[in-house]
Amino acid sequence: MNIQGSIYRRLMLQLVGSAAILAAILFVLFQSFARQLAVESQDTTLQASASAILESVSVQKGVVVADIPYAALAMLGNVSDDRVFYQISKGDLVLTGYDDLPRTSAAPSWTANYRGDPIRLVQTSRSLPIDGTLATVTVTVGQTQDGLAQKLSEISRTAILIGAIFFAVATVLAIWTARSSVRPLNTVAAAVARRGPADLRPVTTPVPSEMAPLTIALNDFIARLDRSLTRSEDFITEAAHRVRTPLATVRAQAEVTLRRVDREENRMALKQMIRAVDESSRAAGQLLDHAMVAFRTDHLKQSELDLGAILNEIVARQGPVADLKDISIEQASDPNCVIMGDAILIQNAVTNIIDNAVKYSPHETVITVTLTRTSNSVTLTVTDQGPGFQADNIDSLTDRFARGTNVGQTVGSGLGLTIANEVTKAHNGTLTLNQSTKGTGACVTLSLPA
Amino acid sequence: MRLLLVEDNERLAAALVEMLSLDGHGVDHAMMISEAREFAQTVTYDLILLDIMLPDGDGRDFLQELRQSARDVPVIVLTARSEVSDRVSVLDLGADDYLVKPFEFTELEARCRAILRRRGGTATNLKRIGNVEFDLLGGVLKTETTRVELRNRELRLFEVFAANQDVILSKSKLVDRIFSADEDVSENTIEVYVGRLRKHLRGSSVEIVTVRGLGYRMTTT
Repeated sequence: MNIQGSIYRRLMLQLVGSAAILAAILFVLFQSFARQLAVESQDTTLQASASAILESVSVQKGVVVADIPYAALAMLGNVSDDRVFYQISKGDLVLTGYDDLPRTSAAPSWTANYRGDPIRLVQTSRSLPIDGTLATVTVTVGQTQDGLAQKLSEISRTAILIGAIFFAVATVLAIWTARSSVRPLNTVAAAVARRGPADLRPVTTPVPSEMAPLTIALNDFIARLDRSLTRSEDFITEAAHRVRTPLATVRAQAEVTLRRVDREENRMALKQMIRAVDESSRAAGQLLDHAMVAFRTDHLKQSELDLGAILNEIVARQGPVADLKDISIEQASDPNCVIMGDAILIQNAVTNIIDNAVKYSPHETVITVTLTRTSNSVTLTVTDQGPGFQADNIDSLTDRFARGTNVGQTVGSGLGLTIANEVTKAHNGTLTLNQSTKGTGACVTLSLPA
Repeated sequence: MRLLLVEDNERLAAALVEMLSLDGHGVDHAMMISEAREFAQTVTYDLILLDIMLPDGDGRDFLQELRQSARDVPVIVLTARSEVSDRVSVLDLGADDYLVKPFEFTELEARCRAILRRRGGTATNLKRIGNVEFDLLGGVLKTETTRVELRNRELRLFEVFAANQDVILSKSKLVDRIFSADEDVSENTIEVYVGRLRKHLRGSSVEIVTVRGLGYRMTTT
């Protein structure tokens, strides 16, 4: 799978990122607005103070007199411990106060450096008649900004707190939004993952409109898969039918003819024909079975199986065939041999094993079938009194089309044990081929987890 | 035995009918379900051989129909389908057994016999040759003094002889009847089985005579 990024993470990062940017902007705006307000209020106070001082300036006998009211300076001291500077000047002539206080006439209020500290200054002036001429008297009041700075740092702290709270709330909302946006995806994924391997119904979980194309595509895919699976199953069935019906006709006709003819060479020819039919029908049948097994092992239809009951049925079915050769099948089963497995596959594997035993057993022999149960496995052992396996190729007998070198005339496809082995593997079991401990025969052991 | 064969492949059906008739069974042949239905309603059969893919429907539907009508006639399904997919369902539907095409005729016979034995044989399966009583299904041979249970091959060999009394049967023909085509047996093997039958028949009026150079013949004295 090629996984690139995560919608959830991306959504989270984008939402939290925008929350952070918004919080920063909020902080800056709040702080600059607060600073502006603080400066304006200082300016207003300074303005009031300057106006009060200017109000107290009068001309007595041609001399400018300033009786600075206490309140004019006290109103500044009220706010903080900031130092206050003032200056009264007439034109360029400083009348009283700090004569080095910076002056300008450009703005009503400004900030300047004075004695190593930044101070806020305001200036106000009016014209007074002195000795018959109008003279401009200017009052400049300045104040250090320690109080303002303190107030601003308090405001900053508040702004940071507000920004942080905003950020925290936004983050929580972002997580919630991201989660709820991704939830329908997870719901659909869970609904599909929960399905059994053979469940090919369309997905009907309600989804938001954005996910509709994905769900439609998924349902299309499921439908196509279903069609193609059904088609291959139908094909295998149909192929088997097409191959087997004419072979059945030929075989039956050959058998009838064999009853009628007496000449030895004709009889030999007919028998060889029957053998050829058996070989091809067995090969075709096993190939198709193998295809079906390979197809089913990909999606096991697991259910609880009573292996004892399945074995009984198979042994009973093989009975008449074994009888034809006077072979007796002795069977002993532990009770409660229940496994999880695909009924058709397990049946096919066990049938192949028993069928092999019957096929390769000589006349009037015994096949022993035992089913034993341990705490974690069920083991089927089938022992015959036939030629058995040969040590040199015992491991390769489960390969496709591999047949023992000692099979003689017996018709076989070399797929029976392959099928049994593949079914066993698909069920996490083991298939072991051995020589029988008693005498010559073959001993096939099929062990499946219980 | 009275049999109904429901099979749409004419040549296969003809061969099967001939085989079964040669063995002395009465066989009716139906090409399709509608025909089979008529036969089944008018005749009581010992066994029905039923193909699955028929021109006018699915043989399994006919099987269900038979089972619902409570006619307890044994049914063997003849299927050409893959062994993996079909085998369970026909047994679940009430078939007594099934055979996958192509099948050996002796296997068909063996399965028929096994079903009839399981269902409980009827008196018609008792045959009498000379003073020997012979139970076809149980495989029991009774003379005036003895009672022997025959093994399967002995039984089938005896049946062949019994159906062809006073006829010379060659060793190779007998081999064909009791061994399958893929078994590699010499004709002399048949001597072993003939020897066994002779032993069972000792003291009865039935005798298997060797006809030098030709084979064997069963006669009653």
